[in-house]
Amino acid sequence: MNNQFEEDREDRNARVEGPRSDEHGSGSQVSNLDSPASAVRPIIGSRDRPIPQSPAHPITRPPGLPITGRWRSYQLLLLARLKEMYREPEVIFWVFIFPILLALGLGIAFRNKPADIIRVALVDGPGAAHAMELLRPASAAGTVKAVLLPAPEAFNQFRLGKYDLVVTPQAGGFEYLYDPARPESVLARSTTDDALQAAAGRKNSVPTSGRISSEPGARYIDFLIPGLLGMNLMNSGMWGIGFALVDLRQRKLLKRFVASPMRRSDFLLALASSRLVLMLLELALLLGFGAMAFHMHVAGSWISILTISTLGALCFGGVGLLTASRAQKIETVSGLINLVMMPMWILSGVFFSYERFPAILQPLIKALPLTALNDALRAAILEGAPLTHQSGRLLILGLWGIVCYLLALRWFRWT
Amino acid sequence: MMQSMDVAVRCRGLRKTYEGNIEAVRGLDLEIYAGECFGLLGPNGAGKTTTIEILEGLLEPTSGEIEILGHHWHTNNREVRELMGISLQETRLAEKLTVYETLELFASFYRRPRPIAEVMAQLALTEKSDAWVGKLSGGQKQRLAVATALVANPKILFLDEPTTGLDPQSRRQLWDVIRQFQKQGGTVLLTTHYMDEAERLCDRLAIIDHGLTIAGGTPSEMIEGLGAHHRVEFDATGIVAGELEPWRALPGVGAIHEEDGRVVLSVREPHETIPALLAAIQNRHGHLLHLTTRQASLEDVFVHLTGRHLRED
Ligand SMILES: Nc1ncnc2c1ncn2[C@@H]1O[C@H](COP(=O)(O)OP(=O)(O)O)[C@@H](O)[C@H]1O
Ligand SMILES: [Mg+2]
Repeated sequence: MNNQFEEDREDRNARVEGPRSDEHGSGSQVSNLDSPASAVRPIIGSRDRPIPQSPAHPITRPPGLPITGRWRSYQLLLLARLKEMYREPEVIFWVFIFPILLALGLGIAFRNKPADIIRVALVDGPGAAHAMELLRPASAAGTVKAVLLPAPEAFNQFRLGKYDLVVTPQAGGFEYLYDPARPESVLARSTTDDALQAAAGRKNSVPTSGRISSEPGARYIDFLIPGLLGMNLMNSGMWGIGFALVDLRQRKLLKRFVASPMRRSDFLLALASSRLVLMLLELALLLGFGAMAFHMHVAGSWISILTISTLGALCFGGVGLLTASRAQKIETVSGLINLVMMPMWILSGVFFSYERFPAILQPLIKALPLTALNDALRAAILEGAPLTHQSGRLLILGLWGIVCYLLALRWFRWT
Repeated sequence: MMQSMDVAVRCRGLRKTYEGNIEAVRGLDLEIYAGECFGLLGPNGAGKTTTIEILEGLLEPTSGEIEILGHHWHTNNREVRELMGISLQETRLAEKLTVYETLELFASFYRRPRPIAEVMAQLALTEKSDAWVGKLSGGQKQRLAVATALVANPKILFLDEPTTGLDPQSRRQLWDVIRQFQKQGGTVLLTTHYMDEAERLCDRLAIIDHGLTIAGGTPSEMIEGLGAHHRVEFDATGIVAGELEPWRALPGVGAIHEEDGRVVLSVREPHETIPALLAAIQNRHGHLLHLTTRQASLEDVFVHLTGRHLRED
């Protein structure tokens, strides 16, 4: 039946209500409207049906865990949390799809590939033909590609990054124009110099040889995936706990919950459990993706990887709880969360090694929870380091988690 | 009625001062009897929410004593919460859960909840059982909020402005639910700033303003307390705006004031006053343009006590 029609009928019923004393008389009302279906009926509700035996359609419990007894509220709270998440497309995107896209994009951009051909601009003029002749063997070997250009154009194209090096023939020799801040330019200078010198007859004084090593485990994607995993655990812990709690507080739902006899511990436990369920999915997804798309090799044991991830998820859950302990508005907590996470995105070695930062910062960086988590994950996943060798990092994670959790317990407001 | 068994909620000397020295409640005494529907009526900012949330154990009072069904907060909170059904002024329930899931969750918090199907049927939510909360209309959401209170199978229902913002039809539906609960022996405490709601729904009420009770009793007691509890409103030619003295001499007239260009007389017996009024207008060769009579309402009680209207908007 059309719902609008139902509402209309309710409206007409409502208008024929008698004065208060009459309404108190019986559990049902007699409507004097001419509508044939509006004879004796319950006060409100299923109008053509008796209450409550036969609702419109049978109410079936949705499939799920068998829910009974002491842990019923906990289970329902956990289910509610998970349902809310998977019914929110944005959450699915940020938690699951975004990290995969990031790994895919960065993995392709920084994939290991043969060294690029060195691009050299040769300034046209006297001696240029000779230089071209000298570079022919290197050009044939595919290491150097030289192009003859007039001087202004050569310098201009170099400035724009189209060439790594400009070679200007001079009386009896060559002048190199290169940029010491551009690694490929430095490489171009030495490779081109070697090629020219060798072609001009230089002899090596010491015999040297090289072997090639390019195994999975040492590539950028291998570095990246554990870092993304750590970052993902941090992001979803902070948002999944911190943001979710303030959202509940702002909506007065936290207050509504504590107005009931709900055990607060059940609520917090359900929140933490939902994080762990999500963590398992994130872990399986990212490592599975690394293995399938980039043939990543997971060296460590699942137990140690799971232990580290769990500790990381709980640690950032604690940090999230702390950021959420007082904030009344989601805008406030969003700012706080970004404030906490931003430095760690940069400092904690997600996308690049933190060894690049000055030595004086290193102790500070190593004390950050995300650094400890990333290092521990990398050691376990890439090197197969046992947990016993990682006690320092695990201790850092545990301490951050416990301290934040204890502070949050002191400060947390339910209302 | 005076035995302590019959008092469901009692508070004495309730005070609440928020940070920044905002005195929201300034010494409130209430006694709510078991089985009655008690209303806190007052304008916005009167301190109704503060009071009801203190009684619900959600806010700490600055001072004062509270007793709920013989229990005190702090000593057996869980026990007290088992007995209470609560609907807060503004709760936005989880949008992505269905009506059924929401009620199932709230039911799980209680030891002896009511069957969910029964509560949904009572609140006309059965057809919305599988709908997401976010997709419900305002009236349906408000009914769901009350359903989360009723599913507790409570002895006392606390409802903070349950019908604010609802259309008349949804309001009446909720009134019916509240009466049904009361008829089954439940006690109700509700806050409202609608005087018609207080008048029709509440057995007794307290009118509060600026954190203090300014009047209490049954709606009819309070209206009769005005003395002249009928209003005669008229407009006529030949009368001078602002000149009210001539009408004071009419039989049975209490107070007089002017509202929207009409003279409003508070009278005890309209059948004595009206003939005299008509005669007086005729004497002045005037012509009656408008005449209505109505019962005095709680609004008039409030205006009488404070000089302001309940709803200024
Ligand atoms: N958390 C709070 N902090 C400070 N002042 C508050 C707070 N809550 C309410 N107030 C103030 O206390 C007074 C009473 O508010 P409230 O109890 O919500 O009134 P009502 O429910 O009758 O509209 C108002 O002046 C309000 O601004
Ligand atoms: Mg209020």
